[in-house]
Amino acid sequence: MTEMSVRIGSLTLANPVMPASGTFAEGLARAADLNRLGALVTKTITRELRAGNPLPRVAETVGGMLNAIGIPSKGVPYFLEHTLPLMGAFAPPLVVSISAPTAEGFASLAAEVSVPGVAAIEANISCPNIEEDGRAFAMRPGSTEAVIRQIRAATALPLWAKLTPNTGEVPEVARAAEAAGADALVVANTILAMSVDLASFRPRLGNVMGGLSGPAIKPIVLRQVYQCARAVHIPVIGCGGISTAEDAAEYMIAGATAVQVGTATFLHPGAMEAVIDGLSRFCAARGIVRVAELTGALKREETDEAELEWAEPPT
Amino acid sequence: MRVAKLAFTVRLRRIPPIPQVASPSEPTETGAASQLAEVLSHRAVNAEYRHLVLRCGAPTCHALPGQFFQLLCPSPPGEAPFLRRPMSLYGADAAAGTVEFLYKVTGAGTRGLAILATGDALDVFGPLGHGFTIDSAWHHVVAIGRGAGLATLAPLAGAAGTRGIGVTALLSARRPDLVVSDTLFREHGAQVLTVTDQEGTSGPAHVERLLRGLIAEGRCDAFFTCGSARLLRVLQRLAREFGIPGQVALEQQMACGLGMCFCCVRDFHSGDGIVHKRVCWDGPVFDLLEAVA
Repeated sequence: MTEMSVRIGSLTLANPVMPASGTFAEGLARAADLNRLGALVTKTITRELRAGNPLPRVAETVGGMLNAIGIPSKGVPYFLEHTLPLMGAFAPPLVVSISAPTAEGFASLAAEVSVPGVAAIEANISCPNIEEDGRAFAMRPGSTEAVIRQIRAATALPLWAKLTPNTGEVPEVARAAEAAGADALVVANTILAMSVDLASFRPRLGNVMGGLSGPAIKPIVLRQVYQCARAVHIPVIGCGGISTAEDAAEYMIAGATAVQVGTATFLHPGAMEAVIDGLSRFCAARGIVRVAELTGALKREETDEAELEWAEPPT
Repeated sequence: MRVAKLAFTVRLRRIPPIPQVASPSEPTETGAASQLAEVLSHRAVNAEYRHLVLRCGAPTCHALPGQFFQLLCPSPPGEAPFLRRPMSLYGADAAAGTVEFLYKVTGAGTRGLAILATGDALDVFGPLGHGFTIDSAWHHVVAIGRGAGLATLAPLAGAAGTRGIGVTALLSARRPDLVVSDTLFREHGAQVLTVTDQEGTSGPAHVERLLRGLIAEGRCDAFFTCGSARLLRVLQRLAREFGIPGQVALEQQMACGLGMCFCCVRDFHSGDGIVHKRVCWDGPVFDLLEAVA
């Protein structure tokens, strides 16, 4: 049997597979065994009450889907009184995803949810659906460093920074988050995108623009995970179009310590369990004793380093 | 599983059960699963609707009236539906191990379903959501719907029948040949009234006259409806006027079917305000007066 545990900073997970924020809620317990997962990650919560975006909120594309849900949130009291006890009934450590309009708001919210039962905080500094024109903190190193530094000062819990794929400065943003005190990076959120209905000439999302997820984005985010893992010394959690154990293995080999599965769960509620079982078999078939050995196992010695400089601009 | 077992018991012993429907955010139904079901038969019932019968095991065949499934539709030529498609239950038979759907071909998903042949496999995920609640104290109820909503109402015929409750089915469609579920309602002893656009009988004023007649005859202890916002508004008015309870099955575009993605929200009355609820998780069957028509 493959040893499946992985370490994300001070946190040890039973296996490297967890849900992506926004694609998981207690309803999944009706169709999957949540106790088998490496961690549970909540839908992003905000301090303010948010109704979310106008409908339609999803549209399908070739090999993926667009969403512009807009983070409907019932606020912190609802989370503490309702969601936290519900999630506490399950064994895996609970990661709470948070968002706020300002760095100060992020910090105070992080402090409010740093309560017993919460194992880590995932700072969603990359949602394409809540800021004007799809902007997000994680698009630039400066704003990333500022917001992560404030959250870091506000909580003693492990802090994960969820980065955006919608930036040309992937390694710089990764280094900024690390420098500001993030314990891990989640790479990445959805890719800012849109779609037009040719029958009506209207956008197919009520919010016009939204985030693309699913198998279609896997090669792009895989490249970004590779770039981030090369740029920082903290663990990188890969998230983007993972549907199978093979997808997860690719991410780990490219540098991820763990993975998040999102859209695939919508199609197959047992997708995360299948990825866990498949990863174990993948390692066993290759004589790999611990799944953690996959992380960064990419063989690239035949590549001339100079040829790859474009992927890792010098700091 | 508890609710599913009740349904199974009914079929064998003919004891009318009283389904225990929990408060919307705390469903008691459990054990949804995705499974590969085998196509037993698949045929066109008229110019627009197709009837699909699948062989399956538990919990699929234990589905209750008003519940739905998420179908992983095959790819029709030149198209690739990515997400599952929600489809309300047309019939389920736990003893026979079958589940049935009645659908209209409208998009890539249903075009994919349409190519299924006998013996093919279809990945069905469910049963999902809260179905209709039937009070055994009722003597006679009215099921009224339009278009594809008629398929959703169909399982009520048998469910009411086994409880000894009379049913009047008021079925609305564009043309007489597009009325569906009428045969099934008749087989279970329901009185069937059809109204159509072609005959000029489907307008809300005429439908309201028919309903007022049924109410006057004491044949309307509850309303069940699906498929028309216009009919919903008529029913809400009559429900308030006469204090008649009712339930509406709502449709909405969905992604996950398990209350996780929040894409299927709709507006509902709550106290003095309007709240969002998830059709897949809090419904798809809601109180008639709660729904914003």
